[in-house]
Amino acid sequence: MKIIVFMKQVVNKDAILRINKEGTWVEEGDISYEVNESDGYALEEALRLKEKHGGGEVVICSMGPQRVKAVIKDGLARGADRAIHVVLDNLNNLSPFAAAKILAEAVREENADLLLTGLQSDDQGFAQTGVIMAELLGLPHATIVIEVDASNEALRVKRELESGWYQWYSMPRPAMLTIQSGISQIRYATLKGIMAAKKKEIKEVQPSSEGTSAASFQRIEKIYFPQKTKQTQFLGGGDAKKGAAELAEKLRAEARVI
Amino acid sequence: MGNGILVFAEQREGTLNKTSFEAIAAGQALGSELGQEVLAVLLGSGAQGLAEEIAAYRLSKVIYAENEKLKDYTSDGYADAMERVVRAVNPQYVVMPHTYLVRDYAPKLAARFGKGVISDCIRAQVANGQVTFSRRIFLGKIDADVVAEGEPPVFATFQSGAYRGDQATRGDSDAEVETMALEVGEVRMKPEAPFQEVKQAVDLTKADVIVAIGRGIKSKDNIAIAEQLAAALGGDIAASRPICDAEWLPIDRQIGSSGQTVAPKLYIALGISGAIQHLVGMKNAQTIVAINKDPEAPIFDIADYGIVGDLFEAVPVLTEEIKKLKA
Repeated sequence: MKIIVFMKQVVNKDAILRINKEGTWVEEGDISYEVNESDGYALEEALRLKEKHGGGEVVICSMGPQRVKAVIKDGLARGADRAIHVVLDNLNNLSPFAAAKILAEAVREENADLLLTGLQSDDQGFAQTGVIMAELLGLPHATIVIEVDASNEALRVKRELESGWYQWYSMPRPAMLTIQSGISQIRYATLKGIMAAKKKEIKEVQPSSEGTSAASFQRIEKIYFPQKTKQTQFLGGGDAKKGAAELAEKLRAEARVI
Repeated sequence: MGNGILVFAEQREGTLNKTSFEAIAAGQALGSELGQEVLAVLLGSGAQGLAEEIAAYRLSKVIYAENEKLKDYTSDGYADAMERVVRAVNPQYVVMPHTYLVRDYAPKLAARFGKGVISDCIRAQVANGQVTFSRRIFLGKIDADVVAEGEPPVFATFQSGAYRGDQATRGDSDAEVETMALEVGEVRMKPEAPFQEVKQAVDLTKADVIVAIGRGIKSKDNIAIAEQLAAALGGDIAASRPICDAEWLPIDRQIGSSGQTVAPKLYIALGISGAIQHLVGMKNAQTIVAINKDPEAPIFDIADYGIVGDLFEAVPVLTEEIKKLKA
């Protein structure tokens, strides 16, 4: 079974964000990056499927500037076999359709049995790239998947619905699945894995011009910090212990919950 | 050039999803500001009655797209049917609720028009006939104002709670229901019946006090300090998704869109940044306390009391102070 996993590099969850002068994106100069959380789970699921079903190949596909090599190398160290790096300097103005178009073209000739990615990115949060890719490649898809059963010819997947409900769907392969965070426990890269990764192939490809020139149909005018809906009383002035003592008193006297 | 606003109403198993009424409210708000008519569309098989329920709202028409293949939801069936309806109606905007069902098929639908969806919007404002959509990005830390460009239709989804379902206006008389018997192409996926996991052991919806932990708790061993706080307050322990994903707490302790939705008297969020998926599950708590080292964490946007700092310093002190007050 050949599985392609689409992984995005996003701004680190704990990074302190600053908005750029133009007000159109965050300052990227000194920010740190990490793999998009649910994409990490997608890779783990791909590795488990490969192990369970007697081999095949797990191929990472990632798009972005040279810094996304960090995500690729980490994935290779965890056990992916090779990688495709779609080299593109700036993803921030890319619409979900354009991103999906470029990625679909980059992997079309691979004729994979299964395509996996995370359910949404932690930066733009479109939650669309995987689904649009499936449509462009003519594949069935399922989103928000939390279990994959590939032991039969038809793929059977468990989808998460809202409020604690679930549903199984079967579909023919090849198919595209978007994976929910928490589908399994993510493995760490071993030292052996890290050493082995150095020899694995990372193929750089240029994005298709059709994809980069696709009309975006949506444009960010400005970004800003959300307006607060509540007036928060900040306590302690930076001293957490002092804040805690003040808080206990507020909960008793003001909020009357003690 | 399209015209009108087409609202997608969602049903499952013969029940309208409450976010459908929020989508109707969103469509009506846009319609009145843009001076455009508002239509609704419902897909199904044998769901005529639900279409009539929607027709009670102030809409120029309800389109009920009927096909045997639309009885149970599938992305193939829904994308196909909606494509036909959208091409027939030729609207300027297609407004949908940002539910798990819509997330599953709407990008596929939009892709057939060579575009994506302006997804998960929290509001829309109209100025000079132009709509500005606002979305939360970076896990809720930043808002982005987005405008649509190019040819209609514009596909947009609205987050649950962006509009209030009870603000959807009813009409003076029922709108016309147009039944559209339409062709649906091959449906490749076969759905089984939806189900709930083993009955949830813990019902957090009845708790008066909830102490919830997030990533900031750092390790499973540290959960004890949160449990001590919960015990001092006579409350329950809960968590954001990553904690349950890591199996530090069972899934029936999870608060948020895929877990439980709660509204206790007191909600204390420890080391929870406040991603939207968590906030929708607890924002209606009476008093919200957040302790987090990141002053920009979105949880502070909805907190009544906040402590910016190390929860490992704050929580033991808080527990002791509460014990003293309760003694």
